[in-house]
Amino acid sequence: MNKDIYKKPIFKSNPITVLVLGVCSALAVTVQLKGACVMALSVTIVTGFSSLLISMIRESIPNRIRIIVQLVIVAMLVILVDQLLKAFAYDVSKQLSVYIGLIITNCIIMGRIEAFALNNKPLPSFVDGLANGFGYGMVIIIVAFIRELLGSGMLFGYQIIPQSWYIINGGFYENNGLIILPPMALIILGCIVWVQRSIQKDLQEK
Amino acid sequence: MQDYINIFVKSIFVDNMIFAFFLGMCSYLAVSKNVKTAKGLGIAVVFVLSITVPVNFLLDKYVLQPGALTWLSEDLATTDLSFLSFIVFIAVVAAIVQVVEMVVEKFAPSLYSSLGIFLPLIAVNCAILGGSLFMQERGYENIGEAFTFGFGSGIGWFLAIIAIAAIREKLAYSNVPKPLKGLGISFIITGLMGIAFMSFMGIQL
Repeated sequence: MNKDIYKKPIFKSNPITVLVLGVCSALAVTVQLKGACVMALSVTIVTGFSSLLISMIRESIPNRIRIIVQLVIVAMLVILVDQLLKAFAYDVSKQLSVYIGLIITNCIIMGRIEAFALNNKPLPSFVDGLANGFGYGMVIIIVAFIRELLGSGMLFGYQIIPQSWYIINGGFYENNGLIILPPMALIILGCIVWVQRSIQKDLQEK
Repeated sequence: MQDYINIFVKSIFVDNMIFAFFLGMCSYLAVSKNVKTAKGLGIAVVFVLSITVPVNFLLDKYVLQPGALTWLSEDLATTDLSFLSFIVFIAVVAAIVQVVEMVVEKFAPSLYSSLGIFLPLIAVNCAILGGSLFMQERGYENIGEAFTFGFGSGIGWFLAIIAIAAIREKLAYSNVPKPLKGLGISFIITGLMGIAFMSFMGIQL
């Protein structure tokens, strides 16, 4: 199997920072690391398996109705993920609210199915789906790491910045409340794009 | 009446689809290079949101909610179909987009040629499905409120995409650091606009 399939989506053609797919949910779930990890895992599972399933039946889907077929398969997988989360991690599922449902319209999934799974064998498609989900997960986990650490001084809900540093306890430190607000996710993502394009010059736009 | 105005203003400014919830970012970034195409997509979103949200509201109220099927027979009072809502909503959205496309093509050819390519794209725009899911989560009371919410969210999305398109047109002439050009600066500007929109927070009419 070609190594590019699982290497490229991680950095060189990362779904979020290079292909600009699936940005919607990427930003909204990054206030806390825990939610971001659950979201990353859910998206990886859905992209992987939807690519696998579509690739398995790709020769019998009539071209005209393929979008509906794809939507139904993706919706089925998302319902499974949603029900599992509601059963085993109810508080996380409440925190992610509508964004789990919005995995259905996450452009990464449809994009990978259209661009890859429809013309490739099941196994490479599965790997391609997983790798793209992973590339997506990596970016949102970085954003969530920055936001939770600077915004509330915690990681995974555990206090990282010592309590004695805070001004209330006679220290010098204060959490940055701005980082918690939604617009900051966009600005952090903009900075990640900036860093990546400084390293990889061929991605720069004219 | 006041309720409606409140929902309308809130869905445009306070709970703006793009600046507060980042819904529809993909097409927002892809189709905002000039104001004219941005306007086409914006109108299409307003149109589709104000149809799909009320339709999904009716489906949710009379089919999907726990005990919603009692109008059919008393035995169904304990049936809960809410786990089907994702698949029902996305099917309704895809079907309505298809119908709207055919109707517009038949009765308003000039509008069709200006919306043309954007209508099919809308089926997978997160703002549309997101509108229906937020409607379900917030539990609006009647169809009027659901319609107001759908229409208001659409207008909010329209305003946002027009604003960023106008800024990006001007931005083409400014001297942005090379790695930040295009995508990076659009993210940062959207973030700054989001901070400006946060000043509407807490408005109650």
